[in-house]
Amino acid sequence: MLQVVCIKQVADTETRVKVASDGRTLDPTAVTWILNPYDEFAIEQALRIREAAGAGEVVVLSLGGAGVQTTLRNALAMGADRAIHLKTDGAPPEPLQVARAIAAELKGLDARLLWFGKQAVDDDAAQVPPMVAELLGHPCVTVVAAITLSADATQAVAEREVEGGREVVEVTLPAVLSAEKGLNEPRFASLKGIMAAKKKPIDEKAVTLAPPALEVVSLALPAARSPGRIVGQGAAAVPELVRVLREEAKVI
Amino acid sequence: MAILVFIEQKGGLVRTVAREALGEAVRLAATLGGPVVGVCAAAADPGLAALGEAGASELLLATHASFGHYEPAGYARAVVAAVEKVKPAVVLFSASAMGRDLAPRVAARLGVGLAADCTGLAVEGGRLIASRPVYAGKAVQRVAFTGAPALVSLRPKVFAPAPAQNGGAPAVTPLAIEHDPAAARARVLEVRTGSAGKVDLTEAEIIVSGGRGLKGPENFAMIEALAAALGATVGASRAVVDAGWRPHGDQVGQTGKTVSPKLYVAVAISGAIQHLAGMSSSRCIVAINKDPDAPIFKVADFGVVGDAFEVVPALTEAVKALNARG
Ligand SMILES: Cc1cc2nc3c(=O)[nH]c(=O)nc-3n(C[C@H](O)[C@H](O)[C@H](O)COP(=O)(O)OP(=O)(O)OC[C@H]3O[C@@H](n4cnc5c(N)ncnc54)[C@H](O)[C@@H]3O)c2cc1C
Repeated sequence: MLQVVCIKQVADTETRVKVASDGRTLDPTAVTWILNPYDEFAIEQALRIREAAGAGEVVVLSLGGAGVQTTLRNALAMGADRAIHLKTDGAPPEPLQVARAIAAELKGLDARLLWFGKQAVDDDAAQVPPMVAELLGHPCVTVVAAITLSADATQAVAEREVEGGREVVEVTLPAVLSAEKGLNEPRFASLKGIMAAKKKPIDEKAVTLAPPALEVVSLALPAARSPGRIVGQGAAAVPELVRVLREEAKVI
Repeated sequence: MAILVFIEQKGGLVRTVAREALGEAVRLAATLGGPVVGVCAAAADPGLAALGEAGASELLLATHASFGHYEPAGYARAVVAAVEKVKPAVVLFSASAMGRDLAPRVAARLGVGLAADCTGLAVEGGRLIASRPVYAGKAVQRVAFTGAPALVSLRPKVFAPAPAQNGGAPAVTPLAIEHDPAAARARVLEVRTGSAGKVDLTEAEIIVSGGRGLKGPENFAMIEALAAALGATVGASRAVVDAGWRPHGDQVGQTGKTVSPKLYVAVAISGAIQHLAGMSSSRCIVAINKDPDAPIFKVADFGVVGDAFEVVPALTEAVKALNARG
């Protein structure tokens, strides 16, 4: 069984955000690039399914500039078999552009499970997985926190987190799934894995993106919250805290 | 041109997030013009006519026996059918669990852009501009749309629900869609609810969250007590969830829930950027921390520097006294 895991290289959330001179994008100079944390759960689950079956292939796919190959290597080091790099000029695309390019590539592959992280921690859009599913005409379950595959691998039962509970969804393969934290505990790449990853193939394909459906007008630092007030020290501050919450903020 | 609002219902009741989206639609209509039309997918009419008061002038209702639960393919079809009928300039969703899943499907079907989890909308030079937090809330991206309709999902609890006005009873029009659940390749088998009666973090008006400074799971009893006095839901930092003191569903932050309550009380939480990403759009933030230099004080409206083990019980008693006075 072929599984494809679509992964994204993102700025580490610890990154100090500096807006580039174009006023619309992140200044990449001091950025540490990492594999999107949610994608790790997706990779791990695909690897576990392959290992449980004792057969099959896990392909990792990423769209982006030349730099994303380091992230693809990280995924290969975790245990993926090979990689596809949909190479762009590196300018940040919007979600529908990404979904169209990925769907076009996936159309040619006979993957049974198409994995994603539930969202990328840079733009937090959470759009590409359901969009890809729609473009391919596949069913899709997002925010998957647990999954069981049927013995014949034609169906899966997934649990997704919703407000105040979990939806239990039965889905017929081929299907698109997006992984939530808690789905599993992702493995660290072993030294052997890192060595092996160096020899695994990355298939580089240049892609031309469709025109964007969204246009970034500006990127700016958020308006600072007006500086707060220390109302006091210790339990003695409680009466004043209650007063301001009631009379000034009017929240209790 | 019309503004279309997806009316989210759960268990046959219109959800508050739908009223928030209607509220924003009414505000947008003041500059963009056009009627505000709602579209709902449900097993039976969840009392849509009452939304006239909230500013909707027409409501389209797609019913199917299988629509008691969220049914992605059927719901997406209903919204697309409404778009074809109404030809709106803007379609608003809530960035709830359902809206987060549904809106991208509709966007892909229509081949248009979606601005997700927005915290502000503006009309500039006749163009809709959506603001959305990015990079763990460390920056705000403003986006415009190159096609129509413009799809937007709104962060829950950020937008004020529509005030009641003297709108007439709007027409509730059936929306015919073809939907065969037997052909759907994904279906909800059941919905497991979490702790009964507990208001979900994303819907809570007040949240009291505890952090690693509480030293152990047993000390959350103190947080529960304060939450009970305030009518609040309990949240937690990731450090606490990773330590197994609280379930993952309680986690607030970038890899947890994004919340915007009217009051957020952070107890013994340092205020790491990933925690702030999930709660900095709260209306009022209170921090209780023994370290005066804790970063949480930079975003807090009101802070108390002190030991949580002293401050929290005192606060609980004070709130109880306030409640007793009525
Ligand atoms: C990719 C990524 C994603 C993440 N996602 C999240 C997320 O979603 N949510 C999240 O919360 N974190 C997240 N984190 C983790 C985050 O960076 C912090 O590690 C975490 O928030 C710290 O939790 P804390 O504030 O409870 O603990 P600490 O940072 O250890 O802070 C404890 C605080 O308690 C105070 N304290 C101690 N004793 C007392 C006392 N007796 N009375 C009062 N105050 C006291 C201390 O002064 C300190 O400020 C993420 C990290 C990464 C790398």
